[in-house]
Amino acid sequence: MTAIPVETLEQAPEPIVPGAPPPQPLAMDFWRGIADDNPVMIQMLGLCPTMAISNQVSNGLGMGAATLFVLVFSSLMISSLRKVIPNEVRLATYILVICTFVTIADLIMQAYSPLLSRTLGPFVPLIVVNCIILGRAEAFAGKVGPMRALADAFGQGFGFTLALLIMCTIREVIGSGTFLGFHLFGPHYEPQLFFIMPPGGFLSMGLMFLTMGWWGERKKAKLAGASK
Amino acid sequence: MIANLSWIFFSTLLINNFTLAMFLGLCSFFGVTTKMDTGWRLGAANTFVLVMTAVAVWVLNTFVLTTAPYLRTIAFIVVIASLVQIVEMAIKKFLPVLFRELGIYLPLITTNCAILYLALTQTTRGYNLIEGIFYAIGGGLGLTLALTLMASIRERLDVADVPALAKRMGLVLIIASCMSMAFMGFAGMGSG
Amino acid sequence: MTGHQHGGGAPATPTPDAGSSTARLLFTLAFFGALGGGILAYTYQKTLGPIRKFAGEKVEVAVKEVLGAPATLDTLYLVGDKLSKTLPQGADVLEATKVFIGYNGKGEQIGVAVEEFTPGFSSEVHLMVGFNPATTALTGFKVLSQTETPGLGDKIEKDPSFMTRFVGKLANPLKGTKSATTDASTVQTITGATISSKAVIKVINKAVGTWKPRLDAYAKESGK
Repeated sequence: MTAIPVETLEQAPEPIVPGAPPPQPLAMDFWRGIADDNPVMIQMLGLCPTMAISNQVSNGLGMGAATLFVLVFSSLMISSLRKVIPNEVRLATYILVICTFVTIADLIMQAYSPLLSRTLGPFVPLIVVNCIILGRAEAFAGKVGPMRALADAFGQGFGFTLALLIMCTIREVIGSGTFLGFHLFGPHYEPQLFFIMPPGGFLSMGLMFLTMGWWGERKKAKLAGASK
Repeated sequence: MIANLSWIFFSTLLINNFTLAMFLGLCSFFGVTTKMDTGWRLGAANTFVLVMTAVAVWVLNTFVLTTAPYLRTIAFIVVIASLVQIVEMAIKKFLPVLFRELGIYLPLITTNCAILYLALTQTTRGYNLIEGIFYAIGGGLGLTLALTLMASIRERLDVADVPALAKRMGLVLIIASCMSMAFMGFAGMGSG
Repeated sequence: MTGHQHGGGAPATPTPDAGSSTARLLFTLAFFGALGGGILAYTYQKTLGPIRKFAGEKVEVAVKEVLGAPATLDTLYLVGDKLSKTLPQGADVLEATKVFIGYNGKGEQIGVAVEEFTPGFSSEVHLMVGFNPATTALTGFKVLSQTETPGLGDKIEKDPSFMTRFVGKLANPLKGTKSATTDASTVQTITGATISSKAVIKVINKAVGTWKPRLDAYAKESGK
C-alpha cells in the first residue's frame, strides 16, 4: 500500500459512531472492495451466486450489474437515513430497503432483458440474502456519510463482478469453448462440459482459492526472507 | 398423486440437491461443517424452518399476495425472519437443552438462501400445500445429507497432512466438487 | 488493510438512540415498509407493460412456429373443463389457459397449439406443442422454457434437427428410442440427452392426451 498524504483524508469529521470504520480517502474506500477486501475472494461472501450462475460470461455480467445496482442504491439510502433509523430495528430496516431495490432490479430485468431474467431465474430475487449487501450495510453504510458509502458500494460491487467474471471466464471458455457466445477454438474443440455443470463450479472456485492460497504463502515466505 | 409427490421428494433430495447441485446455503455448508454433530443439527433446524416456510408461503400465495405479486420477495423474507425468530423463542422456552446445542445456528437460517429459494420456486412451480411440504422435506433432508457428509469428511481431514496453501477453503471446495459429481449420478433416476 | 484497528470490537449498543420508544421503532419499520411498497407499486405499473408484451409475443411466435406459419389463428379459452370462444368477465387473457387453432389460406384447419409442461431431469420442461387433433400427427414443438443441464439436456432447445424428427409423427402415444427409426409413432432421442428427450416426449403425450378429448368435445358441440 502506498503512503497517502494526510490532507486528502475526509474533511469535517463526523461524530464517531462506535465501531465505525476509520476515516480514509474515498479512493481507498473504493479500491478496498476490489482488491484487499474483495467480497468473494477475501471475505468469502456471496459464494452461492458466484458458483450457481457462473457458467456463462453473460450471466456474470447480468448478475454483477444487478448486485451493483442494489448495493449502490441501498447503501446510499441507508447511509443518508442512518441518523433516523433506531439502532434496535436497524437490521430489519436494512432488509426492507434491500428487498425494495432487489425487486426493482428484478422487475426491470424481466421487462427489458427477459432472456437474461429467464436464465438467472430465482437468483435475482435471491440477491436479498446475499450476505455482501447486508454485510456492507451493517459494517459500513449504516455508520458513515453517503459519499464514503457510495465509494464503498461501488468498490464492493465491482469487486464482486470481477470475481464473478473470473469464474465465468474459466467455466465458459473451458466448458463451452466460447466467450460471451463467440467460439474461440474452432470446430475441433470438444467442450469440457464438466466445467459448466455443478461440480465444475465447485472445482473452479476451489482452484481459484488454491491459487490465492499459493500466492499468500509465497508472499509470507518472501516477507519472512526479507526480515531475516 | 403418490408418484408425483415421491418424484418431488426424491428429485429435491438427490438430483437437485439444494447444496450440491443448486449451490444454496453454502455459507453454512462451508462455515459450520467441521463437526458431525453440528452438521446434522443445523440440517434438522433448517428442515424444520423449510417446512414451516412452505406452509406459510402457500398461505401467503393463496390468500394474501394474489393482488400484489411484486411484494412477494419482501413478504417472504419478512415471514422467514419472523418464523426463525419464533422457532428460536419456542425452542429456548420449551427445549432449553436443544437450544444450548443449536442456539447460535438458528439466526443463521434467516440468511440461508435455500429458504428463500424454496419460497420463490414453490411459487413459480405452482405447488399446492401437500406438494410444497414434500418439496420442503426433500430439500431439508438434502441439506442435512450434504452437511453431514461434508462434516464427516472434514473430521477426518483434521488429522490429515494438508499443504498450507489448501488449508483455508481450497481443499473443502474440491471435496465439495467430488461430492457434487457423485450426486450427479442420481440424474435420470425415475425417468424410466 | 491489516494495520487498522476496528475499534477493538467495542460493544455497538451505546448509541444516542439506545432506548428508543416502541412507537418510534414501529413507525420506522412501517415507514420503510410503506415507502418500499409504494416504490414497488410504481415500478410494477411501469414494467408491467413490457413484461406482458414480451410474454404475449413469445407465445405468438411459438404458436406460429409450431403450426408452420398459419394464415389465420383462432383462440379458445378453457373455462371450467370446457373450451369456449370467450372468457368470463374480468378474467386475465394472459393468465387463462388457451388453445390456438391455426388455419391455412383456404380456411382449412392445420392443427392446434397448446402449452404443456412436465418435470424434467433438473426441473421443468415447458413446451408449445402443435398437433392435428383428428390424427394426433405432430406439426412441431417449441421449448418455451427449460433449465436442463447446459451443453447436454438443453440440446432439446438448441438442436434444430431434434425438432424436425417429431414432425408428422403420431402421438398415440409417442415413444422414444436410441436408434434411428421410421416407425410412425417412435422418435429417436438425442445421444447424451436421453432423459431430456424423454421429457419432451412425455410433455407431448400429456398435451395430446389432455387436449384431444377437450377439442373433440368442442368440435362435436359446435358442429351441431
